[in-house]
Amino acid sequence: MDLLGLYNYWIVILLMMMGFYVVIASGHLVKKLIGLNLFQASVFILYISMGTVDGGAAPILRSGVGVFSNPLPHVLILTAIVVGVATTALGLALVVRIKEAYGSVEEEDIHRQDDSL
Amino acid sequence: MIEVVTVILFGMLAVTAIAAIRLHDLFAVVMMFSIYSLLAAAVFVAMDAVDVAFTEAAVGVGISTVLMLATIGLVGRHEKRPTHRPGLPLAVVTLTGMVLVYGTLDMPRFGDPLAPIHQHVAPHYLQDSPVEIGIPNVVTGVLASYRGYDTLGELTVIFTAGIGVLALLGIRRRKRDES
Repeated sequence: MDLLGLYNYWIVILLMMMGFYVVIASGHLVKKLIGLNLFQASVFILYISMGTVDGGAAPILRSGVGVFSNPLPHVLILTAIVVGVATTALGLALVVRIKEAYGSVEEEDIHRQDDSL
Repeated sequence: MIEVVTVILFGMLAVTAIAAIRLHDLFAVVMMFSIYSLLAAAVFVAMDAVDVAFTEAAVGVGISTVLMLATIGLVGRHEKRPTHRPGLPLAVVTLTGMVLVYGTLDMPRFGDPLAPIHQHVAPHYLQDSPVEIGIPNVVTGVLASYRGYDTLGELTVIFTAGIGVLALLGIRRRKRDES
């Protein structure tokens, strides 16, 4: 069964969709950001799994090893992890400001206050 | 053997994500996210991405968790029970997932050494970086030299985000001092 070789993508999609569900179904802004981070970590796994080679080793060159996994996705994801934490920090700072301005971080409370203006 | 380890780790990731969905105490959700990041780092080790694994373990498990805990310390840790039914989000998520699964049907198989991703610049990096850059860790070589502009762009993003955080939280503090 050749399609079974795609199992890594399918599990990653399952994890991604759980993160996506947290983003759209929960009302608390911090929980939304956590959902976004779950989604993001799943995307990292997707990229890394694409760079894997059967029987490969970590891409650190040494004698006696001939097959390495692809270093390019690793580099891209290293960058993405650090950028991800920077954007998360910015999002959390926005949440703190929203709490200051509205007195709540629940999506429905914020919408209600905006309607009353 | 590696496949078994990977599948078990994937299962634990799924359980952690479900727990994060079902919990309503934000402290517990942040801890679940931290465990999720640590498990993701273990998956990266199983997939031979050691550099990514220790970055994820340091940044995802460490810094992100601390930032989130600091935030829930300021905004409160309890989520209100949702008033709307979960049907619509569930339908959106299922539909998106099915479209994505349809998109994977043309992807190369997991671990296939003939996949297009392994034919482009990766052989060049693996064969020539010891001569051109001279360090055994190819990931570091690519990060700092071949794709150095990428890393510079990353620094720009972090700098901008840092300015943004300072602007958002610094103004707040000044207003409080005046009042």
